[in-house]
This record gives sequence, C-alpha cells and structure tokens, in this order.
Amino acid sequence: MLDGYDFGVGILSPLVTINETERSMVRATIGHVWPGNEVWLIAGSALLFLAFPKAYAAVFSGFYLALIIVLWLLIGRGLAFELRGHVAHGLWRGFWDAIFTGSSLLLAFSVGLFAGNVSRGVPLNEEAYFFLPLWTDLQPGARPGLLDWFTILTGVTMVVLLALHGATYLAMQTVGPLQTRCRTVAKSLTVPAAIFLSALYMAWPIVQPAVQEHDYMNSARYAWSWASAATLALLYRFHLRDRMVAAFACSSLLVASLLVTIVWGTYPNLLTATDPANSVTITGAAAEPNGLRAALWWVPPGLALVVVYQVLIHRMFAGPVTPETLYLYGHEARSAHGATNADESRRASRHRPQ
Amino acid sequence: MDTALLYDRLQFSVTATFHYLFPQLTMGLPLLLLYLRSRDLLSDSDHFHEAAQFWTGIFALSFAFGVVTGIPLEFQFGTNWAAFSNYAGGVIGQMLAMEGVFAFFLESSFLGVLAFGTTRFSRRTLWLTTLLLFVGAWLSGYFILATNAWMQHPVAYQAGPDGRVTVGSLSDLLTNPWLVWQFAHNMTASVVTASFVMAAVGALYQLAGIYPAHARTNVRTGVVAGALASVLVITPAGHESARQVFEFQPVKGAAFEGLFRSERGADLVLIGQPNMETMTIDNPVVVPSALSLFLYYDLYAHVKGLDAFPPHEWPEQIALLYFAYHIMVGLGTWLVLVMGVALLWLWRGKLFAAHWLLWLLLLSAPFPSLATTAGWIAAEVGRQPWLVYGLFHTAEGLSPLAQSGDALFSLLGFLGLYLCLGLLFVLLFVELIRHGPAGAMPAAVQAGR
Repeated sequence: MLDGYDFGVGILSPLVTINETERSMVRATIGHVWPGNEVWLIAGSALLFLAFPKAYAAVFSGFYLALIIVLWLLIGRGLAFELRGHVAHGLWRGFWDAIFTGSSLLLAFSVGLFAGNVSRGVPLNEEAYFFLPLWTDLQPGARPGLLDWFTILTGVTMVVLLALHGATYLAMQTVGPLQTRCRTVAKSLTVPAAIFLSALYMAWPIVQPAVQEHDYMNSARYAWSWASAATLALLYRFHLRDRMVAAFACSSLLVASLLVTIVWGTYPNLLTATDPANSVTITGAAAEPNGLRAALWWVPPGLALVVVYQVLIHRMFAGPVTPETLYLYGHEARSAHGATNADESRRASRHRPQ
Repeated sequence: MDTALLYDRLQFSVTATFHYLFPQLTMGLPLLLLYLRSRDLLSDSDHFHEAAQFWTGIFALSFAFGVVTGIPLEFQFGTNWAAFSNYAGGVIGQMLAMEGVFAFFLESSFLGVLAFGTTRFSRRTLWLTTLLLFVGAWLSGYFILATNAWMQHPVAYQAGPDGRVTVGSLSDLLTNPWLVWQFAHNMTASVVTASFVMAAVGALYQLAGIYPAHARTNVRTGVVAGALASVLVITPAGHESARQVFEFQPVKGAAFEGLFRSERGADLVLIGQPNMETMTIDNPVVVPSALSLFLYYDLYAHVKGLDAFPPHEWPEQIALLYFAYHIMVGLGTWLVLVMGVALLWLWRGKLFAAHWLLWLLLLSAPFPSLATTAGWIAAEVGRQPWLVYGLFHTAEGLSPLAQSGDALFSLLGFLGLYLCLGLLFVLLFVELIRHGPAGAMPAAVQAGR
C-alpha cells in the first residue's frame, strides 16, 4: 500500500507538530512522492479495469455511494495539499490543514471499510451486480450495508495501522524533537494495533464462514496472521533500538500482511457473495485472454519505466528533512524558517537587557 | 428520458466539461514552457527563468485542479456506467490503463520535481524535466482521445460469445483513423487556449504598465504561438475532422451544419436558428454551395441532409448540436482574426502601443475555452443515442442497480463542490497573476506542499 503512509502522515500531522516549521517539515517528507502516490491510485483502478472489467463494473457500481464520497474526499485532500501554500495566512493554512487531516482520516477508514466489505462478502445477484446502502441495521447479515460492526472494526483497524505506518515513516524522515514525538506515537500505537488486528482476525471467520472452508489454505492463512504479529513485535523493537529503516520495512510488511491475509482468505473468489452461489472467482472475472496477452506486452515494461524514474526522483530528493534542509524546499519553507530565526533573534533581543 | 439515465448523463457531462477546462491549459502550456526554458538555457540573464517559473506556477495550479477533477471521470466508468464498463472494458480498459502507466505517472512525477526542485537543480535538468512534462501531457491526451476515438469510430475489436468486446489489435486501436485528426485538432486547440492565456496576461501587464519586460515576452510568445495554432486548428485539423464526420457519421454532420434536406451544391449556413417544426433554418445567412465545396472540393457535390436518414437514427438534440458546432466555428474564426491582426501589428512593431488590440487580446482569453467546450459538446452529444457509435446504446450502459435518487445525490454533490472549486480556482489564478512573475509568489507556490 504505497499511498498508505501518506494517509498516516496526514492523520498524524496535527498530533505530532507544534508549530508552522514542523508542519512544513512533515509536509516536505511526503511532498515529492505525493503526486506519484496519488497516481498509483488512479493507475491501480485503471489496471483493475483492464484485468477484471466485470469485477470493476460490479465493485464500482456496488460501492456507488461510498466511492462518490471517497471521490469528494480525494478532491479535498488533493487540493489541501496543493493549495495550502498559495496564501500566506494562518486562517487559510489552518483550514487546509484541517481538510487534509480530516480527509486522510476518513480515506484511511474507507480503505478499511472496503477491505471489510470485500472480506465479509457483498450481496451479489445472479448477474454479479450488487448495490450497498451506507448502512442498514449495522449487522453483517443477509441484508448488509457498507457499515456494520465488522466493517467498522476493519475501518478503525486500518486507521490505526496507517497511523502507525505514517508515524514510523515520519520518524525515519525527520530528526530532533519531532522525530522523538513521532517515535513515541508509533510505540504507543502498537498496542491498539495489536488489539484491533487480533479482534479482526478472530471476527472474520464468524462473519464469513467460507474463510475456513478452504482447508488446504488454512495453515498458510494462520501463517499470515502470525506474520502480522511478528512484524508488529519487530516494529516495536526497532523503534526502541532506533533502527528506523528496519522499523519502516516492518510497518510496510504489517500493512501488506493484513491485505495478503484478506486476499488469501478470499481466494479463489475475487468477490465473495453473501449467497455463495453468486461469488465471482478470479478466473471468472478476468478479461479475455487476448486482451490480457496484449497488455502483457506493455504493462511490465511500462511499470518498470515508472519505477526507474520514481527511484531516480527519490534519490534526487534523498535524505531526512531537517529545519536546515527544509531551506532548500523553496520559499514558503524558507520564510517559515526565516520566521523562526526572526522569532529567536527577537527572543534573544528581549533577553539581552536582563 | 428515464430519470436515472438523465441524471447519470448530466453528471458525466458536468464533471467532464468542468474537468476539461484545466487539461486544455495544461496540455498547451508545456509547449510554451518548453520554449521559455529553451530560451533560458541559451540566455545569460534571469528573465526567461523568471518567466518559466511564473508559468510553471500557473501550470501547477491548473494541473492540481485537473487531477482532482479527473479522478471522478475515471471512477464514473465503474460507478455510473457499470454495464458499459463490463461490455467495453476489454477495449477501453487498455487505453485508460496505458494512460495511467505511460503518461500520467510521467506528468505528475516530473511536475513534483519541477515544483520542489527549482532551488536545487540546474537549468539543464529543469529543461529536461519540462520536456518530460510536455511528453507526459501530450501522451495523456493521446490515450484519452484514443478511448474517445474508439467510441466515435470503433475499430480493431472482437466481439466475444457473451457479446462483450475485447481488443483485437492494439496497434490498430492506437492508429484509429478517427484518432489522427481528432488528436491534431484537439492538441492544437489546447495550444490556442494556452497562447491566449499567455498573451492576455501579457496584455494585462502592458495595459497596467507593470512588469514591462514580462508583458512583452508573454504577448510576443502568446501571439506568435497563438496565430500559428489558431490557423492550424482550423486547417488542416478542423477541416479534416469535419470531413471525417461526414464520412463516418453523416447524420451527425448534417445536424452540425443544419442541413435538413439533401442537396447538390449545398449551402453553408453562417447564422440562423434551426426550426424543428418546418425543418428549415430561420433567418438564414448562407454562403451558396460552400458546404459542397468544403467537403468534396466540388461546387455541385451532393451532400446528404437529415432527410436522407430515418428519424430514429437522428441525434437527439439537433438544435443544440447546430449551435454548439456554430459557436465553435464562429469563435474559432474570431480567434484567427484577433491573432492575425495582433501578429501583423507585432511585426510592424506597433502592438505594444495599440491599446485597443491589447484589450481585444485580453477580453478574448475565455473564447478558446468556450470554443473547445462547444466542440466537445458537438462531438459527444452528436454521438447520442450511441455510447459506442453503431454498437452500444447509451441507455444500455447504466449501472443496473443504482437508483435515480443515488445518481441525483451525487450529481447535486458534484454541482455544489464544483461551484466552490471554480470560485477557488479563479481566486487563486487572479492572485498568481496579481503577484506577477517577479517577487515572492511563484517560489511560494513551489513550496506550498
């Protein structure tokens, strides 16, 4: 989940920062990767469309209400990121900071919500379409809504995991008191992460019994949830030992392990139905072989090219963001930094007469 | 019309029309930016660097709005038009995924570099980055137009046993004959839009007596590029596109021209209102036989009018099509006139003193956007009732289970949100122009993330 840590960074930014310089530093940590990450989201949905047109049609129309709201959130989040620096006024920036945090939070929750709905199963009909209301009776029964106790659980779990992921990323990318604060947040988030994850893994077979039916996969499935536990423990340990890159690798694996668990448990279905007869399997939803063959010619080289220049760009901007290197990120940062210097000199001059 | 269908169509047209106001600027501008960066490479002063920075700021603002309003279009294929996505996903999924993988990544990644790296990288790196931005923007336009060209003129597809279509030959799909002229027409139009914006900003500075050096650079660049592009957009690109419509979609062409009856030596209607009762043009001003001449280079050529086709094959909105097409052509002609005169005055060295002409340049700035919008309305409304011309009806493409209330909910939400977005864009755009090329603003924009 490439976009994951910048959702987390968005959620955390008001919690870990105390002044404008720090907020600019937080922003600068994701600034240069942000547009690329946003595009992964679009390219991802386009690739899903390419590979599984039928599932794309079913999922996007079935989650209609939720996806429209997600679109509005994405618009708000994108604009918050791009427009914040245009007007140098506290009110303007405060407004966009609030939009950024709020939309990051709700988007992280929505990602969890979709994961929850897909793993619980959706009410597919014989033509493999469905339509989910936002909520019905909050029970994952025969007449489910987008929100029920199980999907709310997955949503909250995702918020906690991505916040943890974001805190770890920030601790890796910053220095000084900001880094210390991020690490404290990350460490204290490991406990709720452990609780929510175990609740999620235990609740899943209850709401979707089919998960346990694929016997030949069961042992492997437990392996994935053990992998979650192991990465979480390692993550905590690396935070204690100040090994930030390793910690970030662990938090990435942690998010990945949750997603793999869900995919693993759902397989061979791509989309599990509340009525098992209507489930859509991966092979049933795949595009025609000649289309996929055509795509095979250009998707791998195309993506390889993208990875090459994104790595190149990452390297061009390599290194943690400190108040000093922040200077290099342009004028707003420079003025923020200048303001801190001015504050300090003012403070110094106030102290001088004493 | 079924209300769900109406709301879904309105939602797509509202979101697509609003979206396209931004990309037409961000596809045209990189070409002009590349020119400014090239001049910067060759010069010793900071002037062109400043100019390029200023226009990168304008580009970044428009690109941000283009991205956030573009995501809903990609999603709506699935949310609102699920049956169509299921039917045609094998073809258009290829195009949209290609756009994401080859173009959109390139564009947005290197915009990030341009926006964050101006204080870190050399002029040569910035030039190269701008080049990649240009390539990304035009490739993006290419793949999106390839999708649209397939919907206008489906080629290179195979129908499966379940009736769904998949791609037959990727190379044929990407070299759809419809696409060639459509791409030329559309991209030169985006250069016209960008040139007019640049010339108008220059004219404003010149009239206000501020940033004199930048005023001249902007006007000069905008007028030369704009004069060239506004001619090319009409001939050959627009001319050939129109001929293509008459070749592949003759009934749509007849509606464009307001040609109700088939004629030898058909007249070209310049002004007039289509009267759907009498099937004539009221208050007509026409050029005799000109339509035959334009289409077939023969004064007496036979042109098929609407009466040559059974009414159920006609596009739904004949009057709307007629006006959209005539507004596009009328504005296009006006743009050539303005740019032509401006170029002449520039060549004679009198442009910067001719206030009336600078005013004309300034006030004409919205017209290219209006013309492209009208052109797209003509192309897309003219395709109705087909979603894929001749293959698949729009009414069949809806998501089967979403209700009209759901569609109206999202339509109203988008209307409200886009009203705010439009005001916000105008506000920030004016703010950027007010701050001008020198001074704090462009750099602050760079760091504003």
